[in-house]
Amino acid sequence: MKRLMKWVLPVAAVVLLGAGWYVGLAVAPPDREMGDVQRIMYVHVPLQWMAMMAMFINFVAAVAYLLSSGGNVGTVSAKPRSSSPLVSLLALVVNLMAWVAHILKSGWGLLMPGSKEDEARAKQDESGWKLDSVAEASAEIGLVLGTAGMITGSIWGRPTWGVYWSWDPRLTSEAIMLVTYMGYLVLRRFVEDPDKRATWSSAVAILGAINLPIVWFSVRWWRSLHQVQSSPRTVDPAMVLPLRISAFGMLALLLVFLGYRYRQAMAERRAEMALPDALPGDVPSSLPQNSSKVA
Amino acid sequence: MTPVARNRLIALGALLVAGAGLAFVAFGDIGNNLVYYWSPSEMLGQGDRAYTATIRLGGVVQPGSIQWNAEHTTLHFRVADGPKEGAASVLVRSTETPPQMFRDKIGVVVEGTYDKSGVFSSNRLMVNHSNEYRAPKEGEDPNKWRETLSDATTASAGAK
Repeated sequence: MKRLMKWVLPVAAVVLLGAGWYVGLAVAPPDREMGDVQRIMYVHVPLQWMAMMAMFINFVAAVAYLLSSGGNVGTVSAKPRSSSPLVSLLALVVNLMAWVAHILKSGWGLLMPGSKEDEARAKQDESGWKLDSVAEASAEIGLVLGTAGMITGSIWGRPTWGVYWSWDPRLTSEAIMLVTYMGYLVLRRFVEDPDKRATWSSAVAILGAINLPIVWFSVRWWRSLHQVQSSPRTVDPAMVLPLRISAFGMLALLLVFLGYRYRQAMAERRAEMALPDALPGDVPSSLPQNSSKVA
Repeated sequence: MTPVARNRLIALGALLVAGAGLAFVAFGDIGNNLVYYWSPSEMLGQGDRAYTATIRLGGVVQPGSIQWNAEHTTLHFRVADGPKEGAASVLVRSTETPPQMFRDKIGVVVEGTYDKSGVFSSNRLMVNHSNEYRAPKEGEDPNKWRETLSDATTASAGAK
């Protein structure tokens, strides 16, 4: 696993992106209508695909976090209240979802194995923080890739459409998506309690994910300046090859970034758990509120 | 309520709201209120309401309708519903240099106003590309489109 992160994926990313972009720039033919400008496709399209992928990972991690782990710290025992049929029905649905989450979680556990000597309880907590860290990492990287995708799209738009920007459905929904994930990351910075942060940001992540299918289908649902998705049937085979290679290269790059960012986030979570009050920038919550009066 | 149950309820609530929002966008009829552009026949069908308002008009450039006056940099062409002959069309006047790909039968979106003389004054001309990417055919040089456009459609003899 360590060798994969440290060597295999970075090398794969560099080699595949290098090869894909070389073939795209030097070997593939120019588009018969757009000319050489079209070659920016080999950068723009993989960026946008991987941004969508990262944000989808963020959604899955957020759902799995909420369903699988609540109350990472200081879990209070339940006091069952009187149950009405509606509550029982809700409980049934929730338990079904928890079952799905359990499967998702064991999937994550296989991908991101933790230290085995931890106790079972600590493991339960740890897996929650893992999902939270995956969510944080993927949102941040998705935002970076999506922003780069929007910039390259705008550079492509000027010579092709005649404008850098127009409020067409695809461009507008993409802009809303980027702002949503910016808000998500801002929220994470503002909430100091890791447990609340994970819960609240998961809810925002789920609501923000509405936009993913809207961005994808916007060009089909509504009239837009942006063209609908291409398929191998509408693209010259000599252009499909470099696009595929650079898309896989971008996927490797996404996984490298995710891996590194995930480990950073996880280290932060562990530090927060170990020393809740010692992190820089945090107001010590254990001090009494009126300490200044005492002094 | 335990934190576990609380989180599951939050998940359920967020998923329900997200699903309802998405369903509303996908299947609700908001497409009719949110059109990026009108086609020529739709704009003509609006009658008096189409005059003086700022409108986006989209369609294809009617073949053979492009008239480019290089001296006054004015461009006249007709935007039609489709490439077929006899499709509803509107005369557009633009003072912009068109994007490189501008030519007969290409998709365009123009922003501007329509007046009672039946001319659409565009202050922004955009060309949209299809989802097809093809290699140039034998003997074609895609980077020469700009020159072929101005040569073939220059109305003024004074152009260089």
